[in-house]
Amino acid sequence: MASIDSSQNPPFIFADYKSSLLRGPMQSPIDIVELYSRNSETKIGELLGSLSSRFAIGELDHDLTRNVCNEGEPLGERMIVSGRVLNQLGKPVPGVLIEVWQANASGRYVHKADQHEAPIDPNFIGVGRCISDRDGQYRFCTIKPGAYPWKNHPNAWRPQHIHFSLLGEAINSRLVTQMYFPGDPLLSLDPIFMAVPASARERLVSTFDLSISEAGFALGYHFDIVIAGGLSTPSEDDGGHG
Amino acid sequence: MASKFTRGLTPSQTVGPFFTTALTASGNNTFVSPVDNEVSGVGQKINLHGRVLDGNGDPISDALIEIWQADSQGNLTSSDFLGFARSDTSSNSESSYFFTTIKPGAVNKSDAPHISVIVTMRGLLTHVYTRLYFSDELEANQQDSVLNHVPENRRATLIARRAENKLVPSYHFDIHMQGENETVFFGGL
Ligand SMILES: [Fe+2]
Repeated sequence: MASIDSSQNPPFIFADYKSSLLRGPMQSPIDIVELYSRNSETKIGELLGSLSSRFAIGELDHDLTRNVCNEGEPLGERMIVSGRVLNQLGKPVPGVLIEVWQANASGRYVHKADQHEAPIDPNFIGVGRCISDRDGQYRFCTIKPGAYPWKNHPNAWRPQHIHFSLLGEAINSRLVTQMYFPGDPLLSLDPIFMAVPASARERLVSTFDLSISEAGFALGYHFDIVIAGGLSTPSEDDGGHG
Repeated sequence: MASKFTRGLTPSQTVGPFFTTALTASGNNTFVSPVDNEVSGVGQKINLHGRVLDGNGDPISDALIEIWQADSQGNLTSSDFLGFARSDTSSNSESSYFFTTIKPGAVNKSDAPHISVIVTMRGLLTHVYTRLYFSDELEANQQDSVLNHVPENRRATLIARRAENKLVPSYHFDIHMQGENETVFFGGL
């Protein structure tokens, strides 16, 4: 059920999120897990193998404050976000490609489709990537993104967020999500966040963590990410799944 | 198995409209994605292209398409082959995505060759997963266990149509998010 578990994921159509109305599928996905278990020859999940050796990740790719090599430093509040990639058994998942993108401190993306009248920062493009290490750990250094307006409804504002894309070795572990910040008053007004079942929403909110902060340099936030899949590969069999 | 789970999944959120800078090679020139729209390997070179259509039948110009496939021998993992690529529908006026890849072999001998497709976009809160089968694999398609599991009147939504008279075999595969021809999406992977 992984990628479409409706008790943990938002629905395809969510009335308050206007662009879901014409884009979310109307028919239920066809479940093929049963099919896989009937036919033992058919492999469950589809595997890419470890990604860590496949993609060249630059030394500064995880540092959004330095990875565009311009004249100076980006404006805004420096922050570090770090955590672990885990599976549903709580075991670390190494070798996951994690890609992030975000608005700058003023709430503006470097993207031709972003028409928000807020300044672009010549020293910040808001894009980073890294690969989770052997303990499932990842770490980005960045600038706290600003909130920005959008056209979903009158006076609509997206809460501050960082977009995350995770690509693991199994197709059912694919995850695209957004990380939010604790105590943001815009969260309860945001249809994208509120589309998530109430019991699962807090998993998208990072926690402020002084131990991740670097004294005199940057504030720290903690964000663990739990992905599906990776349970039927040989390396996971010692995890004792049923 | 579910009872052994100690951690809830991190929920999905939409990819939004601004992902190309991070995720696809068309995004920017400063910080180019390590994933592009080409799969290279031994075998028959092919092109894949198509559009993503909304409930009004209008093409969607900010969709992200990812393909995930076996090599020409049907192996999903091998050290010298990466069967994963990305394209988006923002880079041309037709709102088409485009891949160059190789024709995959069948993963299971009794099944037909296919390419797994992940589709996401602004407006989609959770990505969807579908499969692309080939119109010139008629016999194999008739044997395929997944295709046979799909109601007969919806199977055509999973078949990419091969264009005639192309030097490199070229397949057209539109993805309909809604409507009469809504593409079959799969769950329970
Ligand atoms: Fe955003």
